Amino acid sequence: MKTSSKKSAQERQDAKVAWLMMAPALLILSVIALYPVLRTFWLSLHEMSLKNPGSGYPFIGLRNYIEIFSDQRAMTDIVFTIKFTIVTVVLEMFIGFAAALVMNRAFKGRGIVRAAILIPWAIPTSVSAMMWKFIYNDQYGMFNDVLYRLGIIDGYKAWLSSASGSFMALVITDVWKTAPYMALLILAGLQMLPEELYESAKLDGANVIQRFFTITIPLMKRPLLVALLFRTLDAFRVFDLISVLTGGANGTESICVYAHKQLMSFLDFGYGSALAVLIFIVVFIISLIYMFFMGGDLAGDD
Amino acid sequence: MNKKSKTTLGWTAFYLFVILFVIILILPFFWQFMTSIKPLNEISAMPAKWIPGYVHFEFYRNVFTLHPFARYMLNSFIVATSSTLLSLVIGAMAAYALARLRFTGRRVLLMVILSVSMFPTIATLSPLYLILRNMKLLNTYFGLIIPYITFSLPMAIWLMTSFFSQLDGGFEEAAALDGCTRMQTFTRIMLPLIKPATFSVGLLVFINCWNEYLYALTFMTKEEMRTVPVGIALFPSINKLPWGDMAAASIVVTLPLIILVLIFQKNIIAGLTTGGMKG
Repeated sequence: MKTSSKKSAQERQDAKVAWLMMAPALLILSVIALYPVLRTFWLSLHEMSLKNPGSGYPFIGLRNYIEIFSDQRAMTDIVFTIKFTIVTVVLEMFIGFAAALVMNRAFKGRGIVRAAILIPWAIPTSVSAMMWKFIYNDQYGMFNDVLYRLGIIDGYKAWLSSASGSFMALVITDVWKTAPYMALLILAGLQMLPEELYESAKLDGANVIQRFFTITIPLMKRPLLVALLFRTLDAFRVFDLISVLTGGANGTESICVYAHKQLMSFLDFGYGSALAVLIFIVVFIISLIYMFFMGGDLAGDD
Repeated sequence: MNKKSKTTLGWTAFYLFVILFVIILILPFFWQFMTSIKPLNEISAMPAKWIPGYVHFEFYRNVFTLHPFARYMLNSFIVATSSTLLSLVIGAMAAYALARLRFTGRRVLLMVILSVSMFPTIATLSPLYLILRNMKLLNTYFGLIIPYITFSLPMAIWLMTSFFSQLDGGFEEAAALDGCTRMQTFTRIMLPLIKPATFSVGLLVFINCWNEYLYALTFMTKEEMRTVPVGIALFPSINKLPWGDMAAASIVVTLPLIILVLIFQKNIIAGLTTGGMKG
């Protein structure tokens, strides 16, 4: 009896210490992250153009949201963003998985390969976008030169002045930067798989493909889904890459680029905020869908 | 075919794949580097000239004389370092509580912190802009450090929580028997134990801050306050981009990151795999 009351006193003490230790972080995040998000939502319910401060910023309910659906540009941007997200994430996942499977063995030069993988990931997206912009240059770029020498194209092309060329350029640049990173994450996961499982499956006569589908896939499901979740969110929020590489021209404007234009160029904080809230909600829904497939919360460590 | 030649063939195919993979990763950098040391007339050579006729470093001088890249790098360094240090200090305490102390609401809080780290930048952009403008913090270091905490702090907490949970509980029990309070256990025993991991976390957070674009573009409107990613993106161009200067600038700004990655790749991978692959 005495020990249990002592224990609960310890627990109460622990809880107090815990909240104290978390207080600074929680306070800061409430002020600089939670409050701004709520405030964005509040702004989205108002007519608020900084160009027109005399309007008094009246409350207009959901009218900004209704406007999104009659705004052809917003609709086109949403479709483009979804297309970009699906194409890049699927490509990155397959290329990443394939590369990880191939490299999942001890070999000479592994350190060099790992460093080569990390470098595209580590440099700023705006720098890689600029670098590739010159690579795609219609006259002096490496892209035309390499494809021409390999006989893939019969003349130089202006990749960034057509819709399909721009889309392809964006996808290649994004895949170049993040597929290696996916490979690295998946490789780390593969190396944690218990070797004995494969050995006993081999003894049971399971072939490579059977072992892949009965051992690798089920055990890798969770780490794969976590990596995919983060990639999907990043792809849907794409901003840097597009704003530097194409500037949103030729039908490559993402919803984030458009929201930023509404906010910071047209200074329409009401409508721009409605677009931002829409992005927030989609990101939230994407996370929920992934968590549903993961069968539990991401914090599930015990 | 006997078994030995079959494995030799396998290894040859394997190395061909690996070499191709590495070439694709490195080629853009190689091209960029060659462009940066080419004389001007060779940049616009058709067909492209891969290896310069002679090497010249004019473009590198331009990076620092015609363009304020030294200033951009200093700005990036100040902002990224401050945000990282603040996030590590505040984050370490929160992470210890979340990982080692039992209290109700722990899991919910972890989820909240993870979701904050997933907030799209654009969703906090306009209110932060208005706040910073009112507080006269636009175009100041502090005015970028604060927004950066919104993503660097949750990231630091999330990663450090994973590292703290991996520690053996025996240390705490021993400390408690010796009469240490929770705070003393934290500062004297647990913190030194995760020091190497904190370094990994710090590196990841630092790289994320260094590379951030949208906040920096919006809150730093004066040229002398720009960070590296924005400085590169808004490279001055009259008619067309000065590709030589551009190439030299991108080599100059990526070099520190490349060196960081080469030296600390083990730490970075430890951080990445803990954060991304939990479960």
